[in-house]
Amino acid sequence: MYLNQFLLLSAVLFAIGVYGVLARRNGVLVLMSIELILNAVNINLVAFAAFRESIPGEVFALFVIAVAAAEVGVGLAMILLLYRNRRNIDLTEIDLMKG
Amino acid sequence: MTEFFIIAESASQSGIPLGITSGGSWLLRNAWIIPLLPALSFLGILFFGKRMPKKGAELGITAVGAAFVLAVLTGIAWFDHRDNYHGEEAHLAVVASEHHAEEGHSDHEKEHDEHSDYDHGHGHSSLAVSNTVTWFQTNGVDLSVGVLVDGLSVMMLFVVTLISLLVHIYSTDYVGGDRRYTHYFAFLSLFSASMLTLVISENTLQLLVAWELVGVCSFALIGHWWEEKPNSDAALKAFLTNRVGDMGLLVGVTILFFSVGSVLPDTFGSFSIAVTNTVANNGLLSHTALLVAAACLMAAVMSKSGQFFLHTWLPDAMAGPTPVSALIHAATMVVAGVFMIARLYGVFFEGLSIGGSSINLMALVGGITTLVGASLAFVQRDIKKVLAYSTISQLGYMVLALGVGAWTAAVFHLFTHAFFKACLFLGSGSVAHAVHSFDMKSDMGGMRKAMPHTYRTFIIGSIALAGLPPLAGFWSKDEILAGTGGWGLFGGTGGNGAYTLMLVMGMITAALTAAYMTRCVYLTFFGEFRGHGDLHESGPRIVVPLWILAGFAVIAGLFNLPKGFQLVPDSFQERFGHYVEPVAGYFPTIAHATPSWSLAIVSTLIVLGGVTAAWWYYFVKVEAASKAAGKSLTELPNGPTTVYPLAKLIHNLLDKKYYLDHLYTGIIAGGTKGPLARVAYRFNQQVIDGTVDRVGETAVKSGQFVYDKIDQLVVDGAVNTSGRLSSEAGGELRKVQSGKVQSYAAILFAAATVLAGILIVIV
Repeated sequence: MYLNQFLLLSAVLFAIGVYGVLARRNGVLVLMSIELILNAVNINLVAFAAFRESIPGEVFALFVIAVAAAEVGVGLAMILLLYRNRRNIDLTEIDLMKG
Repeated sequence: MTEFFIIAESASQSGIPLGITSGGSWLLRNAWIIPLLPALSFLGILFFGKRMPKKGAELGITAVGAAFVLAVLTGIAWFDHRDNYHGEEAHLAVVASEHHAEEGHSDHEKEHDEHSDYDHGHGHSSLAVSNTVTWFQTNGVDLSVGVLVDGLSVMMLFVVTLISLLVHIYSTDYVGGDRRYTHYFAFLSLFSASMLTLVISENTLQLLVAWELVGVCSFALIGHWWEEKPNSDAALKAFLTNRVGDMGLLVGVTILFFSVGSVLPDTFGSFSIAVTNTVANNGLLSHTALLVAAACLMAAVMSKSGQFFLHTWLPDAMAGPTPVSALIHAATMVVAGVFMIARLYGVFFEGLSIGGSSINLMALVGGITTLVGASLAFVQRDIKKVLAYSTISQLGYMVLALGVGAWTAAVFHLFTHAFFKACLFLGSGSVAHAVHSFDMKSDMGGMRKAMPHTYRTFIIGSIALAGLPPLAGFWSKDEILAGTGGWGLFGGTGGNGAYTLMLVMGMITAALTAAYMTRCVYLTFFGEFRGHGDLHESGPRIVVPLWILAGFAVIAGLFNLPKGFQLVPDSFQERFGHYVEPVAGYFPTIAHATPSWSLAIVSTLIVLGGVTAAWWYYFVKVEAASKAAGKSLTELPNGPTTVYPLAKLIHNLLDKKYYLDHLYTGIIAGGTKGPLARVAYRFNQQVIDGTVDRVGETAVKSGQFVYDKIDQLVVDGAVNTSGRLSSEAGGELRKVQSGKVQSYAAILFAAATVLAGILIVIV
């Protein structure tokens, strides 16, 4: 097992996540893409922690998971409200803050 | 604190006994609960008082009542502790040079032997209970807060809570319906809390804080009816005069802190009262330091306890509501100064060399004050001012007693005075409640029929104050006179020195006191009523506290029947002295005077002389003149002050309060104000005005130039350009603000990529 393999996996996941965030128009899919990015980070953290035998990295990953859960809760609530009010969750059409 | 206490067995050779212990019953160790109760009630009244059915009064009364019950229980616990406690005593390790310490120690031992016969009277030594926690720590000095409970603090706890409770009850009637009723009770609670903190203070820093707090409460309560200018003026005067003395307290405490620190190991200062006193008693501090510290502390005593020449605020403080005058300006706060001397007696005793002397600063200040107060009480029209000057005079008596070394007598007088003076003040409030005035000459007279309860209690209080046996004032006054040690006739009375001058001053004051109280009683209760309206006795909430206080004014004296008083068994003699006066390391070894029958008889005769003289003038001559004139007079139409120039002169001098107020406001304040104002005016006209004129002209010219050249061309140009630039830039940037989340995200990721790239390149 090499560290590279994990880093590569995490990089691929991250890239897919970024693509999802930037290109998808469905709000739920954007949230899922954000989860991918966060999990890419988690893989990084756990991999480094395992190879360097340091516990704090793993603890940190646990924190990330907890924060991600909270964040997705808020995000889904927002999308639910959007759907109720506009019957539509296409992010490109939400531009009330246009300057 | 704790680190310099080494417990007895281990270091009894090297340490000095402090006379305090950390043991003792739960009540004594936790006396801090007593001030905590009114403190909580202060907060409670402040936040919820207005919404309560009785507007917060019930909360104050409950808290003070509970504090009173606790104080009584604490007192009972102290009786047991004083007689039966045999725990370990704390010892103090010192680092003074071997020689110095040895010398001090042996002196102390010798003194102890000399006075061992006095110690027999008090049984074994008393151990005060000390319980402290560290407040904060700085530079290796532990600043602690805590309680030091001994007979003195227990006695003060009892007096303060009892009178505070009675005053609370009295106030519900007296200030009932007042617009700041809730506010009034909140401050009464805060005052009680501060005063109770003061009396159990373990160290001088805590004492200082409580001292300032009671000052603030006094200020707020004197100015309770601040809508009228004289009231707020009086409050300010009280506060500012007290500030003068507080400076002395601050300096004195600081001096003591550092001087004590110089003889302690591992620290550079200590605020602890027990340590300070012990170190002073053992001769470890230089006499100069103690003298300066004692003199500074005396300044604080002079302002707080109304001693000559800083007493002028106290009569003005009568602008406050009468219950406040009774509680704060007669029974409790003004004795804080006396209490402070009693508390730090080691410092004063050594610093002013009280033992074996015949005059010193403290005794002299007290003596002058007592005479000045008593003489000024003669010419007052206002019944409360008579009592205010009488308070000054009696406070002078206490300071005099402390100055001559009669510690127990002074503290005992504090105890008895609190009851009868509070009784008199509340009585005067009851009278004023009926006639809506304090003026004895124009609005009172003949009130004994309409107000029988007030009349009787006032008479009891007056007799107690005048000092006729067997009422309270007689015993304490007589002890003070004996304690001066000046009574050489028919066998000396012992004591700490030969203070004959103080004895004479005390005797004169006794006669004056009896005479002015007779005058006050005549003007208020005898003759015909000179005011308007129909008189009525006050309600039960006023009369019951009066009777309770009158009861104490009758019996309080019996708590300390003199030693060797043949009419009662030994076990009833000197009970107060036994339980209140410490026999401990933190208290100096003082000599006790033996009371003498001849002195008691002579002083009683003097008092009777004063009463008779005033009685003859008012009850006989003035009464007869009134009958002849057909209306109620307050003085003889052709009395001595109108006939003899000397009497006229004296009357004028007294009427103008020895011109002290003129001295302060006219000569000292005005003297600095007048010339200063003239110099300032000339400076203003010539220097400042000239400069201003020239500066003005120059400014106008340069302003024109600046407007034409700089403002129009440079500044305006710059402003216009920058405005245009930002407007255009804003227009461009506006396009980025698309409102679309994903374009923001794209910018975010792009920026992150760029930053990551920079990071890689740099690292």
